[in-house]
Amino acid sequence: MELSDSVLLHLRDVVDRPDLDGTRYTLEEEIGRGGLGVVYAALDTRLDRRVALKVMDAEWAGEARLIARLEHPGIVPVHDSGALPDGRVYYAMKLVAGTRADHYIAGDPPLAERLRVVHRVGEALAYAHSCGVLHRDLKPQNVMVGAFGEVYVMDWGVEGVAGTPAFRAPETQLDQRSDIYALGACLRFALPPGAPPALIAIAGKAMSREPAFRYPAVTEVLREIERFQDGVAVEAYAESPWQRIRRFAKRNEVLLWLLAAYAGVKFILFFARRL
Amino acid sequence: MNNKIVLGLIFGAVLGAIDGATAWFTPDVRSMMVSIMVGSTFKGMLVGLLSGWFARKVNSMQWGIVVGSVLGLAFAYAVAAMPSDNGQHYYLEIMLPGFVVGAIIGFLTQKMGTPSPVKRSS
Repeated sequence: MELSDSVLLHLRDVVDRPDLDGTRYTLEEEIGRGGLGVVYAALDTRLDRRVALKVMDAEWAGEARLIARLEHPGIVPVHDSGALPDGRVYYAMKLVAGTRADHYIAGDPPLAERLRVVHRVGEALAYAHSCGVLHRDLKPQNVMVGAFGEVYVMDWGVEGVAGTPAFRAPETQLDQRSDIYALGACLRFALPPGAPPALIAIAGKAMSREPAFRYPAVTEVLREIERFQDGVAVEAYAESPWQRIRRFAKRNEVLLWLLAAYAGVKFILFFARRL
Repeated sequence: MNNKIVLGLIFGAVLGAIDGATAWFTPDVRSMMVSIMVGSTFKGMLVGLLSGWFARKVNSMQWGIVVGSVLGLAFAYAVAAMPSDNGQHYYLEIMLPGFVVGAIIGFLTQKMGTPSPVKRSS
């Protein structure tokens, strides 16, 4: 008897579905699938709340312990972890209601909002680095933007994760600068067509092929983004004199208008007296 | 030196002095330059003091500019209402620049300096 593809897929899904008997969770639906495991929406029957349940092979059990160490508003908190009868392991985390960052960016938000999301990602990354944890697979698909603007970095990597080509640093020995490369790639991804050259330069410096040419720390990338937002020159971009004047005028627009108003008033009064 | 009131006093003094110095372009009052500059500097300092105090209380650029310009206008009116040595009043010549200088001081006190610390109840 031959089985159609759809039947085979269904059978595979049924086999893959974790057996949660004996746990406090009841399975609802699959919500994501990654290199390390499958994420399901589940109901925590003890606390009567929905959670995200990541189920993966036992060899990746360290991931839960890794994330559980990280307590930051930009990192999805882990509630619980355990093992399934089939040997696989799971961990329960906050179920984030929101949009994946790549989909969010596709919705064409304003530049300031794009930068806010990247900045939040950078804050979470900087915190993780301060705890000695690398992400290893940072990309917009691993960032969620919540309904109230909250930003969560997910899928923190463990040793052996290959990363995603477009966001992966070229070096094989990953360190904090590899995450900085990925953050630069995320910034580049988040920028709209015709983005200011200073921002493109920040992303470019973060994505230098040679790690030594990148920013030494995530906080330096964040500071550069803040400098741009404050209308201050960024280190990664050498401005022409004309660009410098334009930036200065934009940054001090109100003051220049007020000074022009003062000069105008004086000018008019001076000539009005001579009439 | 980051105190908004101190900065307001400094900006007010400097801008008031510059504003007063422009009286040199009015030949009728050149003989009164010193008293004009002293008065204008003092007026600027008063506007700066009050704008700085307001900026410590309210963090709003729009309201800072509005309050600064109203203060500048009010003090300029008080100065213009006093007759000069030649008995003339220079309402327009004093109030119009005073209004704009007040706006600039209001803007600067909002933009620069640190606001007053947030008081927490125990």
